[in-house]
Amino acid sequence: MDPNTAGWVLIAALALPLVGAALMLLLPKDDEVRIKRFAVLVTGVSFALVAAMTAAFDYGRSGELQFVTDVGWIDAINARFHLGIDGISLPLFFLSYLLPLLSAIYTTKHLPEPGKPKAFLSLMLLLQTGMAGTFVAFDLILFFIFFELVLVPMFFMIGMWGGPRRDYASVKFFLYTLFGSIFMLVSFLAVYFQSGLRSWDIVELSNASMIGSTTFQTWAFLGMFLGFAIKVPMWPFHTWLPDAHTEAPTVGSVLLAGVLLKIGTYGFIRIALPILPEGALRFAPVIGVLAVIGIIYGSLCCLAQTDIKRLIAFSSVGHMGFVMLGIAAMNEAGIQAALFGNIAHGVITGMLFFLAGSLHERYHTRDMNVIGGGMLMKIPRYGVLLTYVAVASLGLPGLAGFWGEFGAMWAAINPGLGLADRFGGLYLALVIFAAIGTVLTAGYFLWMLQRVNLGHPTEKWAKAELDDVMRIEWVAWTPLLILVLALGVFPRLVFGVQDAAVTVLLRTMGG
Amino acid sequence: MPIDFLAIAPEIALAVTALVVLAADLSLRGDAKQLVNPLAAIGTLVALFFVARLWGDERTTFAGTFVVDSFALAFKALFLLVLLAVLGISWRFFAEGRYFQGEYYFLLVTAFIGMLLMPSSRDLLLLFVALETVSVPAFVMVGLRKRDLYSSEAALKFFLIGVLSVALMLLGMSFVYGFSGATGLDAVATAIAGLVAAGTVEPLLLAAVLLVIVGFGFKISAVPFHFWAPDTYAGSPMPVTAMLAVASKAAGFAGLAIVSFIAFQPLAGVWAPILGVVAIITMTVGNLGALQQRDLIRLLAFSSVAQAGYILLPFGVARGGSAAVDVAVNSAAFRSVLFYLVAYAVMNLGAFGVAIGVSRRTGLRAIGDYAGLGVRSPLLAGAMTVFLLSLGGAPLTVGLWAKFAILEALTVDVTTFGLVLAGALVINSVIAFFYYLKVVRLMWMVEPAADAPALQPGANLTLVVAGLAAATLVLGVLPGLVTDATSVVTFAAVR
Repeated sequence: MDPNTAGWVLIAALALPLVGAALMLLLPKDDEVRIKRFAVLVTGVSFALVAAMTAAFDYGRSGELQFVTDVGWIDAINARFHLGIDGISLPLFFLSYLLPLLSAIYTTKHLPEPGKPKAFLSLMLLLQTGMAGTFVAFDLILFFIFFELVLVPMFFMIGMWGGPRRDYASVKFFLYTLFGSIFMLVSFLAVYFQSGLRSWDIVELSNASMIGSTTFQTWAFLGMFLGFAIKVPMWPFHTWLPDAHTEAPTVGSVLLAGVLLKIGTYGFIRIALPILPEGALRFAPVIGVLAVIGIIYGSLCCLAQTDIKRLIAFSSVGHMGFVMLGIAAMNEAGIQAALFGNIAHGVITGMLFFLAGSLHERYHTRDMNVIGGGMLMKIPRYGVLLTYVAVASLGLPGLAGFWGEFGAMWAAINPGLGLADRFGGLYLALVIFAAIGTVLTAGYFLWMLQRVNLGHPTEKWAKAELDDVMRIEWVAWTPLLILVLALGVFPRLVFGVQDAAVTVLLRTMGG
Repeated sequence: MPIDFLAIAPEIALAVTALVVLAADLSLRGDAKQLVNPLAAIGTLVALFFVARLWGDERTTFAGTFVVDSFALAFKALFLLVLLAVLGISWRFFAEGRYFQGEYYFLLVTAFIGMLLMPSSRDLLLLFVALETVSVPAFVMVGLRKRDLYSSEAALKFFLIGVLSVALMLLGMSFVYGFSGATGLDAVATAIAGLVAAGTVEPLLLAAVLLVIVGFGFKISAVPFHFWAPDTYAGSPMPVTAMLAVASKAAGFAGLAIVSFIAFQPLAGVWAPILGVVAIITMTVGNLGALQQRDLIRLLAFSSVAQAGYILLPFGVARGGSAAVDVAVNSAAFRSVLFYLVAYAVMNLGAFGVAIGVSRRTGLRAIGDYAGLGVRSPLLAGAMTVFLLSLGGAPLTVGLWAKFAILEALTVDVTTFGLVLAGALVINSVIAFFYYLKVVRLMWMVEPAADAPALQPGANLTLVVAGLAAATLVLGVLPGLVTDATSVVTFAAVR
């Protein structure tokens, strides 16, 4: 696999889940065991391919596109089928193959009501192609297709296998995201015509000299901002998220938090910032303020929740706020922290949603008051895992959550591209509020642990037969548990890969 | 003056077909009567053959009033393919419904002759004749279920509004003739350009232009001429509804494109903003109306009003000048209309096809009857999902590219009005998804009623629906199959 020539790897990696979904439809409906095994096989083979690609990736040139395919696609509008991968895309691409594999393994034991594994798993595979594609598409139109493709399977996943309010949640999720993404498309078109290049190529547009006037860039950035900010989601566009997460089946939540939300921040970093640097510069303080409001608001909402899954969903709003704060800093450290925070949040929160799903399988409720404490006594291994991941999520140094939060605040103290001179005071205030947010985050996670883990099991559960962590869960979770520690102890695992690519990115922004 | 018979060969083929169908209906008895359907299909294929034979040619005849160019041929091919699909979904429906089959097929083919004439017309009078040839058979077809009160009401409503708008259009045409002294579209354009240059454009001329546009506004069911659409669609036999919603509307757009981009192009500064505003109102009214519906056909009717609004949007950015950027805007606007119509034909015919399949022998047509369709008939439900998502503009369906083409036309040269139109399209797309998703959700996420009758869509219809669904998806991945063909469609008049 030569990274200079082997463009087929990315195509194969994207096609495998699609082909797998199509083949799965041919399997007999009643043979559920074989269907589940087949899903594990497909996601496993795809993951193996991506792992091999990760090994073959030339880390010395991580700032350049590798495994490139660039062929004509729709000639009438000059859209090209342009795939490639660099240091920024690689970790996210890797994650979008790891999580579906783990989800497929998890599903062999825990299939959400009302069953139908064939439909469920083929939708998951379709979703996988969509989300993985966004990270390697280097043509705006192709990116948009993948970006939108994600909506349909997720809509069905929430709508068919979701909780009691699934109708509302699925439609809200779909319409909200769609709304933003079409504005984004309008911006793409405006950029296409304004640049004069007649090209949708992200690399070409990033390297182009200033596209349009500052006013044009501001408006075009606004369109992209709507698309990506809803996807992230940033406060005040976040309201679809708690509903979608609460109602979605476990696997849906894992993929939603683990990969889907990352598409928004990735879009900011890959597309909006380098193509419209002037617009980004104008928006940076706004993004920073909204990000910090998100941090505080998310934490306060968490303190008010009794449903563990909803609590984790709101914690996502806060964590993505830190990621956006890193972006708002507009310097190398900030972008690095944002990308790291992305990965860390994907791993940690994905894992938290697995835990919340398994909790529901055991207690048939997620209400902390009903559970009433004592999990460390009743199901000790599970309790330990919950503690470990929750502590990682609140940003304990030495675990994955720390670097993204710390890096974002550190970067925002001294924002780049001249922001320090004009908005230095504002950014300092933002950092202070973000720091208060970290305290609140620690507060609600510790409070949650206190309410469910500590104490004695209530009378209701004391006699109940509850399984501790099952073998299949260990298999599905171990990779994530290891990653949480590995990324915390050795952050260069991600920072090192991204470094050159982020430098290139900032150079195109003129910083 | 010699007549170029090859140039009008498709129309001749259809005319002969119409007569053969009528004669065959007289001579066939009982069940054999349904053979007129394949007869009509054969005639359509012959006409299609002539269109293929003419492809790439540029011909004019009848003293320049009838033109065959890539634009006209693209529309003719579209109409004939739609006719084939309508014949496919009509067969069982009319054979089983105690209709007068011969009359129906005769009227259907006749209406399509008018449609074939429309994109070739370069004269106000020929345009009028073409429009009436589409409308008059349609009035009768809507009322085919004579004993059904709804059908009669639908026909009457359709007829009255149709006649009114045509009368207004004729009035407008006569004024235009008075100002320009010509009925040929090029001559009208030259005369109007002269008036514009001399600065002597009278308000009456502007009124005349708008009156002509009104006539087409009725055909494409633009607000405020849309009132007939929901009732007529709901009351007509379903294949007729499909024909009205797709073919007749496409013909209206072809005619509107011709008069506005050729004859009235110098005055685009006046009519473009008006059509833009009409487009916004049309799609908003259509979408808000669709939200309230309980009958699937009425939902599709309102949705097709909204779709007409989308297709009208590019007219809103048309330019009167002849600088390079104006030409670029006009031709992008024009191509987006053509592409949207192709996409619209595929997905909307498909949606009506599924509706016919579900109601065949069961009479089900309420939206609630679609509950659990995914269990009762996965194929129909899957196809309907594809069509509805495509109408909304979801990825991997042709509908996304149709919306894309329109947004592209609106942003070729960024203007405030263009962005307002684009914003209206975005907001409306979201509203539209709300009711499309409502149906999708019902089909897949709700259990079917216990006493739901078994569905018998019939092999013929299943084939048509499956073909249309496949086309929706294939074009969704490779829109180039159409865009590459339509990119050669240069409109001679977009100067």
